[in-house]
Amino acid sequence: MKAVCWFGKTDVRVENVPDPKILNPHDAIVRVTLTAICGSDLHLYDGYIPTMTKGDILGHEFMGEVVEVGAAVTNLKAGDRVIVPFPICCGRCWFCKNDQWSLCDNTNPNAWMVEAMYGFGGAALYGYSHLYGGYAGGQAEYVRVPFADVNPVKIPDGLPDEKVLFLTDIFPTGYFAADNCDIKPGDVVAVWGCGPVGLFAMKSAWMLGAARVIAIDRVPERLRLAREACNAETVDFEEVDDVYDVLKEMTGGRGPDACIDAVGMEAHGHTPDALYDRVKQVMRIEFDRAHALRQALHCCRKGGTVSIPGVYGGFIDKIPFGAAFGKGLTLKMGQAHVQKYVRSLLARIERDEIDPSFLITHRMRLDDAPEMYRTFRDKEDECIKVVMRP
Amino acid sequence: MQTTETLSTASQNVNDRERWVSVVLGSAVAAYGLTRRSIAGTVIAGLGGALVWRGASGHCAVYDALGITSIPESDGDRSNVSVPYGRGVRVEQTVTIGLPPEEIYAFFRNFENLPRFMSHLQSVKVLDDKRSHWVTKGPAGSDAEWDAEIINEIPNELIGWRSVEGSQIDNAGSVHFKPNPGGRGTDVKVILRYDPPGGLLGAVTAKIFGEDPGHQVKEDLRALKMLLETGEIATTEGQPNGVPSRARLRERLAELVR
Repeated sequence: MKAVCWFGKTDVRVENVPDPKILNPHDAIVRVTLTAICGSDLHLYDGYIPTMTKGDILGHEFMGEVVEVGAAVTNLKAGDRVIVPFPICCGRCWFCKNDQWSLCDNTNPNAWMVEAMYGFGGAALYGYSHLYGGYAGGQAEYVRVPFADVNPVKIPDGLPDEKVLFLTDIFPTGYFAADNCDIKPGDVVAVWGCGPVGLFAMKSAWMLGAARVIAIDRVPERLRLAREACNAETVDFEEVDDVYDVLKEMTGGRGPDACIDAVGMEAHGHTPDALYDRVKQVMRIEFDRAHALRQALHCCRKGGTVSIPGVYGGFIDKIPFGAAFGKGLTLKMGQAHVQKYVRSLLARIERDEIDPSFLITHRMRLDDAPEMYRTFRDKEDECIKVVMRP
Repeated sequence: MQTTETLSTASQNVNDRERWVSVVLGSAVAAYGLTRRSIAGTVIAGLGGALVWRGASGHCAVYDALGITSIPESDGDRSNVSVPYGRGVRVEQTVTIGLPPEEIYAFFRNFENLPRFMSHLQSVKVLDDKRSHWVTKGPAGSDAEWDAEIINEIPNELIGWRSVEGSQIDNAGSVHFKPNPGGRGTDVKVILRYDPPGGLLGAVTAKIFGEDPGHQVKEDLRALKMLLETGEIATTEGQPNGVPSRARLRERLAELVR
């Protein structure tokens, strides 16, 4: 079959590889009908996630048709249309049972690696380094889906792929970020980053009762989408002197009640701390650039919440922890517990409350992946979201 | 010369078998290091040289620092312990499994289940209520086997066993089951003591080859948890990849020694 494989920094190729097989009794094989490149795939593309090895198959946003199931899978059969959440979860451990799916105990064969880095490890992810289990991803014609009895969600026939594909990651991730803000009536929610997760966080903030949503970015077409599709007030951080002053002014001097960092480890900025991060990251002294996170911590109102769906992998410094402490902030973060939200969000799509396909800018073939990774990374051609058909 | 004084028999703390292993392994490591022609190679060659010296002299600075010796004190006092105090390797690891103690105990008590999650065990055959025959894949691929007997047992709480006299690997172990409050299942603790082939150096060798016993027991317990909680052990063994497996293996080996 054809698959998008990682070969090194900014080197992805479409290769012919063997078809996946059932390896465990709860596995299924899915024929992929639509897959996407995620913003977090760009961290792999840029070589910021350790433990990738040559030939690893990428992709954690994919859906398709079940073609084969393992002996222990009774709720799915060949021909079922499914979306597959990006965290691989067992559904039986203490964490899964407590709805903290992305912290699953039982799916990462390389959990010892994560334990060495983080103390404890969570769920494995598709196509996201050996640290996260080394599972082959879904930017391919076929993919092996472990614990197919609990993870995939069946999709009714009437719904087209493009409307439901983002249930695999970015829609639940944005919703999780907004849910973590514990939004109360009258709350102002500020979102750093108008990429796909940020845009879904804005939509979700409205669903959860926000009074106002403010979006911060610098890319014109992304700010436009935030304004037009997500009803957000926008701030172009390259056009203003200080984001803090602007947000303070917009909120009557209080600051936003909740701040969402939907940017993560490769933040851009033009302040001294952003330059400092850039230099250290290039020299591999610091893994992550945390400009957006620092700004969110600084701008958030007293007693507010900073929610972090943006991915961080290693160490960051110059975090204004005094500000977080002094203002009694609540910090919430992590990989989204997709399985917790996915069914209720599917119901919203079925009720036509949201059409997640609004942010697709590029409809391509799997063969176009190498070019599309570059285009998406460079934000060329007004690229916001790439979907690919095998 | 001062150095000859440190070579007196009193300062020797490495047994004969281990001295030979040291010399042979050290020579191989040194030869490999020299062929690398790099800074890392020089360091590796140096380490090999140190191993050769350790074997030739019978003195190990590391053992000295740790206050241990692999030379048997006497052959007489082996009557009631499989692994004499101060000898061998001790490993202790704990994992929480989301099942009641009775179920985990019942699974573990049938020793024939052990190879399902202990990666270094090839087979266990239960001989009678107390005795069983164990066959392992030993360090660096060498096989070993022994008979074990259960010496202590409290149903649903603990099982203790040890190898019988004359075993290839003298070992003793116990597993303890402690229930947790709030639906958190059972703490399963394993304590193992064993005397690996080649004495303590065998364990060091095993570590070099990635078969560190502490790590292995921890991974075995993780596999036990997966097997009991989900019915399977997570794996990616046999999945597709963009690089043919032989080429990938070569590359990983190259990365390991780099």
